[in-house]
Amino acid sequence: MFEYAPAPESRDVVDIPSAYNLFVNGEWVESLGDDRIKTVNPASEEVLSEVALATEADVDRAVQAARKAYDEVWSTLPGRERAKYLFRIARIIQERARELAVLETLDNGKPIRESRDVDLPLVAAHFFYYAGWADKLRYAGYGESPRALGVAAQVIPWNFPLLMLAWKIAPALACGNTVVLKPAETTPLTALAFAEICRQADLPPGVVNIVTGAGETGAALVRHPDVNKVAFTGSTEVGRLIARQVAGTGKRLTLELGGKAANIVFEDAAIDQAVEGIVNGIFFNQGHVCCAGSRLLVQESVADEVLTALKRRLTTLRLGDPLDKNTDIGAINSAAQLAKIRELSDIGEQEGAQRWSPPCTLPDRGFWFPPTLFTGVAQSHRIAREEIFGPVLSVLTFRTPAEAVEKANNSPYGLSAGVWTEKGSRILWMADRLRAGVVWANTFNKFDPASPFGGYKESGYGREGGVHGLEAYLNV
Amino acid sequence: MTTSLVDVASSDVTLRGFLHGLPGVDRVGADQRAAALATRSIKTTAKAQAIDLAISMVDLTTLEGSDTVGKVRAMCAKAIHPDPTDTSVPRVAAVCVYPDMVAHAVRALAGTGVKVASVATAFPSGRSSLAVKVADTTMAVEAGADEIDMVIDRGAFLSGDYTKVYDEIVAIKAACATAHLKVILETGELATYDNVRRASWLAMIAGADFIKTSTGKVAPAATLPVTLIMLEAVRDFRLRTGRMVGVKPAGGIRTTKDAVKNLVLVKETAGDDWLSPEWFRLGASSLLNDLLMQRQKLTTGRYAGPDYFTLD
Repeated sequence: MFEYAPAPESRDVVDIPSAYNLFVNGEWVESLGDDRIKTVNPASEEVLSEVALATEADVDRAVQAARKAYDEVWSTLPGRERAKYLFRIARIIQERARELAVLETLDNGKPIRESRDVDLPLVAAHFFYYAGWADKLRYAGYGESPRALGVAAQVIPWNFPLLMLAWKIAPALACGNTVVLKPAETTPLTALAFAEICRQADLPPGVVNIVTGAGETGAALVRHPDVNKVAFTGSTEVGRLIARQVAGTGKRLTLELGGKAANIVFEDAAIDQAVEGIVNGIFFNQGHVCCAGSRLLVQESVADEVLTALKRRLTTLRLGDPLDKNTDIGAINSAAQLAKIRELSDIGEQEGAQRWSPPCTLPDRGFWFPPTLFTGVAQSHRIAREEIFGPVLSVLTFRTPAEAVEKANNSPYGLSAGVWTEKGSRILWMADRLRAGVVWANTFNKFDPASPFGGYKESGYGREGGVHGLEAYLNV
Repeated sequence: MTTSLVDVASSDVTLRGFLHGLPGVDRVGADQRAAALATRSIKTTAKAQAIDLAISMVDLTTLEGSDTVGKVRAMCAKAIHPDPTDTSVPRVAAVCVYPDMVAHAVRALAGTGVKVASVATAFPSGRSSLAVKVADTTMAVEAGADEIDMVIDRGAFLSGDYTKVYDEIVAIKAACATAHLKVILETGELATYDNVRRASWLAMIAGADFIKTSTGKVAPAATLPVTLIMLEAVRDFRLRTGRMVGVKPAGGIRTTKDAVKNLVLVKETAGDDWLSPEWFRLGASSLLNDLLMQRQKLTTGRYAGPDYFTLD
């Protein structure tokens, strides 16, 4: 007999105050309003802390601090000086990685294995990467001395709280901008811990400001007249609102929105590794990934073989306590998201697709959804078109490479795609034709700070990461 | 075995077609999967279970030119009582020796339940005639070996002469009579993961009871990705034929951590059915004392020095 015993990561490394204020001009300041929001551990529904619901006046104060820091300090520093701060931040993140990983898992519900092995290393890597660019902007291809934009308003989602913060703040600061960032309503804690890191790194006051809140706080930030740049990652619905609001203001805008990525498995694929890629594509981070491979397109000639292997693999996934080091599937981030996943899954059944989940016991408290796949899905089903943002995979089949491309592209989204084949020429042929910002070959959900990321069509515009990611924060 | 797989070996063309028609192995993906499984955290009760399971799966091995009767007898004593101060420690699965030492091992282990395995077929290189390999095997079997660890002809495999490799395994299997046949692929010399998968299937089709990674004389020996691919092969082979084949990583497994990682691979790849000495073995020598040391640490809370563990 050999059964894994519980192996929980210790919570002792984090110290969560019962309430947080706003981080403005390098100080913790009380909100000018009275409203607060609770942030809970989605795995247990335990209240972790309370954060301020920043008002329009709070946002104004933060933008003013960012403007002052931009005018008086940050825009006057040479790149190599900005780089020093960014390198320092990156090193502090590495030093405090364990604490930040536990905090992320507590607030978000993702397995500690992922926050420890994926999120945190990538967060540090992003700061290191853009620290390297800060004094080399003249070599980025945007002219001899590209200038910063000014104050950047950044609104980030709850699925990768600290990683999305890094994607936003690192390039903004490297290019010489100052920042007001609003973390997601349900996952503010690591952004607030990052505020402490900015102090620890002696970052000049006002260069980074963190305002917590819900949708209205984000809206106030986006429409603030003294903001030069808006960067948003989140739903297509909110992205549309922001685009409308920003239109005609002269503010620069980048949007990273939803997706319904096709993960395409050909008959000559390395099947065992493709199955791993399918699992990683849709069950990584409980499917709360904008570029998740939520549509599996599998060639009909191997569909049975792949599905058998996939189902067998899903039975080995371990769902439960996100702090357990052996957990593969953690909690759904919020009750609202859980309701949305349930609703779309029920619609899938009503539309006639066959639903399957491995035997798996869900904890009594918290928000949970079992890994689920739907077979017999057609392009006309809503579960093949709409983003579920949960651990739900829609399986479709195709007969020829041309049909695979047609089906993959037949979506309002275009964020990512995966191609699984042992034939190199086919990978190139597919990549040329897939309308998606990222095409992964024989892998999925691989990120690197040097590689640009972004969407086609309703998945947004602008690129984050790599040399391309600089453009969004430079006046070019 | 289903008739379809018997037909596979009916000609060079069908055999080659079958082996090359197996799904490929993506090296990067396989390495990542093995590395991810290696991060499983095995503590407390799980660790205790894993240590005892691993001890019971050890093929305690000595394969040196300097082996003597005395050395083999001493190792047999260790196999029966790995820790003389603690009778709750399970005995190991088998001892593994050269053919000329089999009779001595059989005498030393009579009635203990510890099996005697013998390498054969011009081990470790396999560079000899089939007649010599069969004679080598027969000698070990007649001396009382329960298990034969043969090597495949890697030269023939790499030059694409799969039929020669197949025929040799079939011939040795016949010479084994009732003894179990472990087929050593020497994966370090096969080099690619595609080759590991093909060689695994080739051995299983030819009648192997076990597939084994390495002789221990070539580096790299039993790496985690190679064991992963062989576990996938036995899993798929059972699906296809209904017959279970065992897996034995050998060489380079020295620590309890290494052993536990192997058991995690078994559990999450082939499944719990393979988690017994009947279907999974660890070919090793120095591993046993590390397992004993970790076992004692778990039960007493203290590490004892190396002199508290016997060196036979």
